[in-house]
Amino acid sequence: MVNRILVGAHYGLKDWIIQRATAIVMAVYTVIFLVVIGAVGPNSFESWRGIFTNGFMKFATFLFFVSLFYHVWIGIRDIWMDYVKPDGLRLLMMIATATVLVGYAGWAIQILWRM
Amino acid sequence: MAEMAIKKKRPKNLDLPSIRLPLPGILSILHRVSGAALFLLLPFLLWLFQSSLTSPETFTSFQQVVGHPLSKIVLLGLIWFYMHHFCAGIRYLLLDLHKGIDLESARLSSKIVFAVSIALTLIVGAKVLW
Repeated sequence: MVNRILVGAHYGLKDWIIQRATAIVMAVYTVIFLVVIGAVGPNSFESWRGIFTNGFMKFATFLFFVSLFYHVWIGIRDIWMDYVKPDGLRLLMMIATATVLVGYAGWAIQILWRM
Repeated sequence: MAEMAIKKKRPKNLDLPSIRLPLPGILSILHRVSGAALFLLLPFLLWLFQSSLTSPETFTSFQQVVGHPLSKIVLLGLIWFYMHHFCAGIRYLLLDLHKGIDLESARLSSKIVFAVSIALTLIVGAKVLW
């Protein structure tokens, strides 16, 4: 039995802030991405790839992916906490989610740096 | 004391058909649904991103996949989900800053979110998919 009161002590404040910080990073990236696409108007493999081989865009895209996967972790974890009540199943869902997200992060890095 | 307050019985209404969800409520559940759907389709999107960047050959097959009518519908839906999540998210950030928290502005801003996200979806969809 846990003897502490689980409200009012800033449990989860860190995740709350990270959820918003990562959202801002992704929102800024989305605007930059749409502006770049609009300006370049990529219509071939070379021009499309050129966007992401550019140092700034590669760096920004990497930051977007890192923010995305952390943001997804908090969001999906909250969904499991809201709807999946049996502890064992909930733990399993959380582990599965974290596992695929770490895998996706490796995949995204590989896509960006193999070009 | 505090423990008693937590255990206090609160009134519940679980008769779901009797609840008419207002527009900010629809926005809210769509925020969650769109986030979950985008998560579930992440492998598809990462695979598309990879094939668009690997080689001219994979780029051609990427164009064929994206050009298929079925994927166009799925991608248009995903663009809408992304735009809804984006616009609704900005609204939540403003609400966090106590901007527009009275009922009237909250209703108005939810209308704006739907209008802007659908408009952005049509613009991006028209540019990218057609």
